[in-house]
Amino acid sequence: MSQAHTAKPHLRSEHLLGLLTDMTRIRRFEEKCAELYQQEKIRGFLHLYIGEEAIAAGAMQALTPADAVVATYREHGHALARGVPMDRVMAEMFGKAEGCSRGRGGSMHLFDAATRFYGGNAIVGGGLPLAIGLALAEEMQQRAGIAACFFGEGAVAEGEFHESLNLAELWRLPVLFVCENNLYAMGTRLERSESQPDIHIKAQSYNVPAEVVDGMNVVAVEAATRRVCAAIRSGGGPALLECRTYRFRAHSMFDPQLYRERAEVEEWKHRDPIDRLTSWMRETGALYDSDLEAIEAQIAAEIEQSVAFAERGHWEPVGELARDVYAGEAVP
Amino acid sequence: MTNGVCEITYRDAVRESIREALLADQRVFLMGEDVGRYGGCYAVTKGLLDEFGSDRIRDTPLSESAFVGAGIGAALGGMRPIVEIMTVNFSLLALDQIVNNAATIRHMSGGQFEVPLVIRMATGAGRQLAAQHSHSLEGWYAHIPGLKVVTPATLEDARFMLAAALVDPNPVLIFEHVMLYNRSGLLSADEGPVDIRSAIVRRPGKHVTLVTYGGTLFKTLDAAETLAKEGVEAEVVDLRVLRPLDGETLLASVRKTRRAVIVDEGWRSGSLSAEISARIMEAAFWDLDAPVGRVCSAEVPIPYPHHLEEAALPQSAAIVAAAKAALGA
Repeated sequence: MSQAHTAKPHLRSEHLLGLLTDMTRIRRFEEKCAELYQQEKIRGFLHLYIGEEAIAAGAMQALTPADAVVATYREHGHALARGVPMDRVMAEMFGKAEGCSRGRGGSMHLFDAATRFYGGNAIVGGGLPLAIGLALAEEMQQRAGIAACFFGEGAVAEGEFHESLNLAELWRLPVLFVCENNLYAMGTRLERSESQPDIHIKAQSYNVPAEVVDGMNVVAVEAATRRVCAAIRSGGGPALLECRTYRFRAHSMFDPQLYRERAEVEEWKHRDPIDRLTSWMRETGALYDSDLEAIEAQIAAEIEQSVAFAERGHWEPVGELARDVYAGEAVP
Repeated sequence: MTNGVCEITYRDAVRESIREALLADQRVFLMGEDVGRYGGCYAVTKGLLDEFGSDRIRDTPLSESAFVGAGIGAALGGMRPIVEIMTVNFSLLALDQIVNNAATIRHMSGGQFEVPLVIRMATGAGRQLAAQHSHSLEGWYAHIPGLKVVTPATLEDARFMLAAALVDPNPVLIFEHVMLYNRSGLLSADEGPVDIRSAIVRRPGKHVTLVTYGGTLFKTLDAAETLAKEGVEAEVVDLRVLRPLDGETLLASVRKTRRAVIVDEGWRSGSLSAEISARIMEAAFWDLDAPVGRVCSAEVPIPYPHHLEEAALPQSAAIVAAAKAALGA
């Protein structure tokens, strides 16, 4: 927690409890999703955020409702942290019409207009140009919002990363780039795909201010994001945070993880962002067993309710198959 | 200008449509490669930077994916962007954004978000620009649900389709054939607006229907003129909109003439012309007196030398021959 002193202090215990709750809520949700996947309630691809919760939970603290958020196919945590109701996220996992994308998107395509959550993009790098445009729209309409774009380190190999960083800086747009560097693009380790594996250096080569953040430390993520967002909001142009993190689970439910050593996974688990915050709070007397029990109970109830909501939801009638392809009209 | 009728080129008609849109709606802006200082690689946007400033006439880096994606994002954020891509060939660098984002976001979001974006691009051959600047790939885009694809061929459509495209809440791709920019003619001040829903009969006839769009419209009209001299009255249907196709206008004509020839500068295999032929077959098979004919580009990358380029493209003589073949003449 050594970086925390650089933050405007948000270390009041209720705030820390909030961060702990946000991260735990994401983790328990993801664990439930894995279980529901085994039960075949959730199908298709399922990419879990377990291990990386500190990034979404920390970064979202610095965003306002006016900001736009773009995320990837590993975005359940971002949607929850952004405030998309868990009921609707879970219903989307099930493919029900009550889902946050009416069931049309599924796990990889969570959308929510009310929280300005622009998806859920399953083409690696595909969300970055959207964030540029969303930021441009803010600026051209003299609105105060910024665009926050989350993506993995795999996206850095895509041309869209480079095109987007260049354009964002060239036009001095209010974009927060959050690179969630979990070391593996599916099964390809960063060093095996990048001649320059320090991602923040690439950003700096486009004159985009960039810094490395311990992505396993939610307070550090929040502090860095608040600091960087303040600069973006005061007209400083875009910025990039490279959050170093690790995915504890497989890439997707189909991944046998042949590309990494179990020991490496275990080593990273010692840096578990939830355990770290928990023990730090205990040491400083900011957390009691009763708090933890209350958090877990509250989350368990919310998850149970979300599963019930999803179960109760209905399958969209096949007769509505062609809706939402075009606006307001059925087009052959 | 006399009596509200003025001589205008296709290029100037497109420019006027952009000017009008910029004047009418503050949310409209234009971005693309060399649209500002240079004035557009086909000089369509010349003068707009001076008139509207660099905030609304935005020169972009050569980053098709980023600026097309930025157009999508800006549309999501409440703007009405017009994105210019120099040619359809370069649009392949933005294919991911067009196909995976522009066309899908409304659907994937369950109808919560819409992408009211217009993308203009040049298409087609005829300027000896060889195999990376001359292809007609609009038929590919017409394959994609979620996109609208329009092909203004006449001055009126060049002048007024943009307004209809900007009002449309869906992503609309406008294809401007490079050989049309210099065409000029009279455009009356009281023309327009036009829709982007329907095909139109450009020349009535009763013996054979010639179906075409965009750059081949005038070659097809020339062919119809030649045929007329030989007593064959060809009806020319300008599709105008490649997606969604106006099957009604197309089929009404074919049912009347009982013969159809499709003229398309795209290649034949797996093409828009194949789609049109199939639709005629599905809906009007028993009305046909002859197999549906096609005149398409030769299945080669467009070559550089003039004589080979001309040989690769649909020409009036081939259209006349195909029409006669349909008539069994």
